[in-house]
Amino acid sequence: MDNAVLERLQLPPDGIKTADRRLIQGNEAICEGAIAAGIHFYAGYPITPCTEIAEQMSIRQPQVGGVYLQMEDEVGSINAVMGASLTGRKSMTATAGPGISLMQDGIGWTQTDEIPALIVNVQRAGPGLGNATRSGQMDVMQARWGPNGDREALVLAPSTVEEAFWLTLKAVNLSERLRMGVVMLPEGLLGLMREVVDLPDYSTVPTEDRITPDSDPEAGKYDGTMTEISPFASFGTGHRSINGRWLEAGGAGGYYSGSPLRGLEAQDYNIRRLHNKLLSRRDEITFYEESETDDAEVLLVAFGTQARSAQFAKDELRRQGVKAGLLRLITLFPFPGEVLQAAAANAKQIIVPEMNLGQIRGEVERALRLHPAEIVGVNHVDSTYIEPDEIISMVPAAARHQREGVTA
Amino acid sequence: MTTETKPTTSARQPVKPKPMEEYIEVFGNVPDEESGQHFRYCPGCGLGIAQSAIMRAWDRISIDPEKLVTVGGSGCYAVMGSYYSASQAHMGHGRAAAMATAIKMSDPSLTVVTLQGDGDAMAIGAQHFVHAARRNVDITVIVFNNFVYGETGGQHGPTTPRDTITQTSPYGMVENEFDIIKVALGAGAGYAARTTVFHAQHMVRAIEGAIRHKGFSVVEILQNCHELWGKRNGMPKATDMLAWYRDNSVTSAQAAKLEPEDILGKFIIGTWTGPDRPELTEEWQKLVDRVQAGEVEAQKAGGGKPPGA
Repeated sequence: MDNAVLERLQLPPDGIKTADRRLIQGNEAICEGAIAAGIHFYAGYPITPCTEIAEQMSIRQPQVGGVYLQMEDEVGSINAVMGASLTGRKSMTATAGPGISLMQDGIGWTQTDEIPALIVNVQRAGPGLGNATRSGQMDVMQARWGPNGDREALVLAPSTVEEAFWLTLKAVNLSERLRMGVVMLPEGLLGLMREVVDLPDYSTVPTEDRITPDSDPEAGKYDGTMTEISPFASFGTGHRSINGRWLEAGGAGGYYSGSPLRGLEAQDYNIRRLHNKLLSRRDEITFYEESETDDAEVLLVAFGTQARSAQFAKDELRRQGVKAGLLRLITLFPFPGEVLQAAAANAKQIIVPEMNLGQIRGEVERALRLHPAEIVGVNHVDSTYIEPDEIISMVPAAARHQREGVTA
Repeated sequence: MTTETKPTTSARQPVKPKPMEEYIEVFGNVPDEESGQHFRYCPGCGLGIAQSAIMRAWDRISIDPEKLVTVGGSGCYAVMGSYYSASQAHMGHGRAAAMATAIKMSDPSLTVVTLQGDGDAMAIGAQHFVHAARRNVDITVIVFNNFVYGETGGQHGPTTPRDTITQTSPYGMVENEFDIIKVALGAGAGYAARTTVFHAQHMVRAIEGAIRHKGFSVVEILQNCHELWGKRNGMPKATDMLAWYRDNSVTSAQAAKLEPEDILGKFIIGTWTGPDRPELTEEWQKLVDRVQAGEVEAQKAGGGKPPGA
């Protein structure tokens, strides 16, 4: 068990016991991380390249006393996930490609009506039908802006199979803590690759449960603050629970917390509060890995599996005498602009390799709009993986090395 | 001044003189803008009668309101759930059957009733409707069928009768309509009933039977939208439409004795039973018990046998 992986995700490693060392697929790691987190309801519809999550869940849910429900489509899946969560069960779904497009409406409801849920998008390549068996990072901005209306989204991207396990656990924990749907954004490559993972004893991992009117009677009394998270009253627990009536409720949906606000006043309050709920808790939800960024004149900004190429490129650039650093984003949204600004303090060039045509680069440019550094991308949309050499060739000094065959 | 009300009795069971207070969240229909709560139905709308009938059915079964959940989508009826003191999910348009399936699977102790319109259940949510019926999950779907999308102003929907005028069939409706009962039974529902807001006592019994039925059940309530459909089709008042339902309804028992041409254009009201198939929450629990007891293992590479063998 790599403690650094856990610490990066603010999961204290103390007390977590390793139970098993196994060679597992990324999709299986996501499934097991979810089980470890206490997921007791899975609804989904088969779709490549995440079908193994459904297959594994159909085995695992009966074993843990949960429910596996294969729905008629992805719209039904996300609504079933919300229904189960409304009874207090930790719930999730996984999909890809056109399936995640169909789910956008429901994902918006989980964020707006504050229904805890985990949504995993194992990204395939391309728009429309796309390329089912190939990988991409093309759903980044959809994960942020897909559903209608103005809301914040929490979007997390793992880079290794081991991290996929722990990030899934963390995502479920955060969905409970923050009362919202959390989107996890691995790629098909990660979902289908196998790596060795130390699986913990699930009874020793840190899990979190949503606040309820019973667990904390004082929580969520309407106080007019912009960061309020009202307690979650599950169906059948003796509290009258109303969801989907956010124009009239202090908390957006869920348990009435006694807000006097109604109509447009409540609308304004709730939309701003849903933003502030996340933005005021950035220190709890911003995860990243920095490598030699302190003096970095060339800063690589990457995420997911492509950050592994970037890591290789960074090391090679350092060997050539280039002051290169890597900022690997785990939290994609809310975009960690301040972390980027700090990492880019000495940067003259910023390189963003990604398997799309510049979706995260756009966010980097936005965060560094007053920064003089040159910002360039290395972009693949043919589902081939970005090679370290391609990143290295973007650095003028290193490119000369490459051309002239000089090694440092 | 005191008013004496004549005690009413149903065919089967006397109605309590002061009924169902535990199910009622909002009393009366006097608008109260300050609290934001008031009945939002048009004057004379049949939804009020249906709302009352649903409460009477709950009352007859003595369901604990704390264990009662309504699931609704979008439409004029969508506010109904908030008038009950039961828990409510007022979520996406058409998704009630999918959501209710999950709610029931997650907590089988709950009584789950969906409140849906004809467009909600049979157009945008038709796939969830038929698959909930196929799964035979123990929920009750109540469909308020008023032939149009009322909340958006009266556009035609999947149950709009042919040739009638709506906001989006200004020359007359040229599409065919769904028969909700046939769709439900065809998809595997074990219980399906059709009633009208004119037949108030029948409506209570139909809903009571649906909730008592172990498995998927449907109640289609033919409801008057005189404002947006009746006015465009020669029935401008609520009473016109109630009289229309009264004069054109035949019971399923009567219909069985009539020739097909005699029941053309009539509303056949009554209760139909479908196949007796296993109920999903019970089947799932049995599976979980067997897996947890180690009696069955996941078969990933064969191990099955031909159906029926």
